[in-house]
Amino acid sequence: MVMQITAKQSIHLPRMAELIRVEELSDREKVFEFKFDDGKELGQKPGQFVEVSIFGVGEAPISVTSSPTHKGSFELAVRATGGVTAKLHTLDKGAKVGIRGPFGNGFPLDTLKGKDILFVAGGIGLFPLRSLINYVMDKRSDFGEVNTLFGCRSPQERLFIGQLADWDKSKDMCFLETVDRVPDDYWKGNVGVITTLFPKISFDPQKTYAIVVGPPIMYRFVIAECFKKGLADDHIIMSLERRMKCGVGKCGHCQINGLYCCQEGPVFTYAQVKSLKEAV
Amino acid sequence: MQNRVISKKDLAGFVDDLIKTKAAGEVIGIKAQGNKFNFGPLAGAAELRLDYDISLLPPKKYFFPQTETVLKYEVGANPKVEPVVAEKPLCIIGMHPFDIRGILLFDAVYGGKEPDPNYFLKRNKAIIIGVDCLAPNPKAFAASMGTNVTDEGFDLMLTDLGSDYFVTVGTNNGNTLINKAKTKEATAADLKKRDQVRKDAEKNYKVSLKLKKEEIPALLDATWESQIFKDKSESCLSCGSCVMVCPTCVCFDVQDEMALSLKGGERYRRWDGCMLTEFASVASGENFREHKEQRFRHRMYRKGKYLVERYKYIGCVGCGRCAIACLAEIASPAETYNLLKEAK
Repeated sequence: MVMQITAKQSIHLPRMAELIRVEELSDREKVFEFKFDDGKELGQKPGQFVEVSIFGVGEAPISVTSSPTHKGSFELAVRATGGVTAKLHTLDKGAKVGIRGPFGNGFPLDTLKGKDILFVAGGIGLFPLRSLINYVMDKRSDFGEVNTLFGCRSPQERLFIGQLADWDKSKDMCFLETVDRVPDDYWKGNVGVITTLFPKISFDPQKTYAIVVGPPIMYRFVIAECFKKGLADDHIIMSLERRMKCGVGKCGHCQINGLYCCQEGPVFTYAQVKSLKEAV
Repeated sequence: MQNRVISKKDLAGFVDDLIKTKAAGEVIGIKAQGNKFNFGPLAGAAELRLDYDISLLPPKKYFFPQTETVLKYEVGANPKVEPVVAEKPLCIIGMHPFDIRGILLFDAVYGGKEPDPNYFLKRNKAIIIGVDCLAPNPKAFAASMGTNVTDEGFDLMLTDLGSDYFVTVGTNNGNTLINKAKTKEATAADLKKRDQVRKDAEKNYKVSLKLKKEEIPALLDATWESQIFKDKSESCLSCGSCVMVCPTCVCFDVQDEMALSLKGGERYRRWDGCMLTEFASVASGENFREHKEQRFRHRMYRKGKYLVERYKYIGCVGCGRCAIACLAEIASPAETYNLLKEAK
C-alpha cells in the first residue's frame, strides 16, 4: 500500500515544453526541438523515450534523438504516422506541448565506455540511435573505434543529411551508408540492403559492441551478419518498439512476455531477446 | 484486536447504521441484479446478499473505474493542464477473498516506484468488509489457487456460521467500526467453527487444478509451442469479455476527448485488455500479437507466470468470471492449465 500520495503525483501529468525549432528531414519526417517552460533539463540517457502530449489529440511515445551532452533543449525526430504525430507535424515554433519522461533504460553507457562500437541504423531507427552517436562523438576519447552503418529505402528517405555528410568526412568514425533501391540515377552511393555493408568493415569482435536499431525485419538479417563477424550475444544491443502508453509499467501495452518495454527496455541485448518470444 | 461474533440481525443493524451515519463513507454492497449479483450503492441492509456466488464485475471498479478522467486541460497558445482524481470514502461490503486477493495484486501493480494516485487515493479511503464464499459459482476454482480464503487485505471478514457471522478483524479501522456494533467476543470454539466452515466450503468448488498452482510457471515454461493454444483459441471472438470481468486485469488505454466548446477537454483512461486485437499494435501498423493464438497464449502466461514472477501475487484468483462470460467457452485458465498438464 502507498499511503502518502497526492493528485499532483499523477502518473499522467506532463510538464509543459515549448517548440523552439522545426526542421524538415524528409516528406514524412521532421525534427522538433523543445525546451521546458520551467527551464529544467530533460535529463535523459541516450536511448530513452518521452511521452508527447498534444491536448485534445492524445499522447505518443517518441524516442529522444538528441544527446544529453546537448544542454538547454532536446530534440524529437518524428515520422507522421498516427494522430499525435500527424498533429505534431502541423505545429510551428512557439507551440506548447506536454512531455512526460524520460522513460526506459536507455543504452548501457557503462558497458560501452572504452569499447569499440558498431552502430547499425535502419531507416528511422537512426532517430533513437542518433542520441547515442552524438553522445559518443561528443565524448569521443571515452570510446574506441567507431563504425556506423546506415541504410534506408531510397535516397529521398535519407535523414539528417547534413550530419550524414559530417560523419562521412569525420576522422572520428568510419561511416558507410546504402539505399535499398534507386528510383533515379543521381545517387552515386551504395545500393543494396544494409547487410551488404558488413563485408566492407572490420572490427575486433572481442572489443566491439554492435548497437542495432531498425524495423523488426532488419534485426534477423543484421544479427546474422553480427554473428558472422564473431560478435557474442551480449555484444549485440537492440532497441525494440512497442506501444508504450503509460511509460511507468502499468498500462500493459508494451509487454514482451513478462518484461515491460518501458521499464526493462526499450534497450535489450540479443542475449536477453533470444530467450524472449514475440520480441521481434 | 479481538475477533467477534455477531448475530445476523445485529449485522443488519450495523449495516443500516453505516448507511445512515456514513461513518465509513458511502456504503457499497453486494446486491441482486436480475438473477445475478453485482456491487452497487446500498439503500438498506435488506438488499445485501452475502450468500451470493459471484458478482458480474469485480469490485476493483471502485478503485480502478471502467473509465476515469485523469487530466483536465485547456488548449490554445498557452495550454493549461491539471490532474484529476475523483475520490470519496467508500465502505464496500461483501468482497469475496479471491476478489480481495485481486485487489492485493492491484496494490502491487499500481504501487512500485511510480505509484498511481488515481488508484491509491480511492483505495486508501476504502473500508473493506469481506465475506467468505461458501457457495461458489460452478466455474470457480479459487480453492486450487489458494485464494478461497485470505488473511490480509480486509478490515473485517465475515464468515456465515448459520445464525451468526464470525467477524475476523483485520485492521484497527475495522476494529473501531465493529466496536460500534452489538457483538460478542469470539471464543476458541467459534474460531474452530469458522475454520470448519471454510474447510467445508472448499468441497463446493466444482473445478479444480490437476497440478499445484506453484507448478504453473514451470508448466508454461515447457509448453510455449503446445498445439493446445492454437486449438483452444480457434473459436475466440476477440471480444475481450474475459479481460473485462477479470479481478486481476490491470491494463488500461488512454484517450483524449475535447469538450463541445473546443476550448479544452479531458484525458481519460479506460479498461483495456490483451485479448483485444489491437492491444499490442504500434503506429507503424505492426501488431506484435496479431493472431488470436498469440493473444490467448499471452493471457494464459500473464495470469500463470508473468504476474507471479513480477509481483509475487498469483495472476489468476480462480473466480471463474472469465469462464462465465466467454461465449466461446475457452477462457478458463484452469481448463487450459489442466489440458497442458495432461498433454505433457
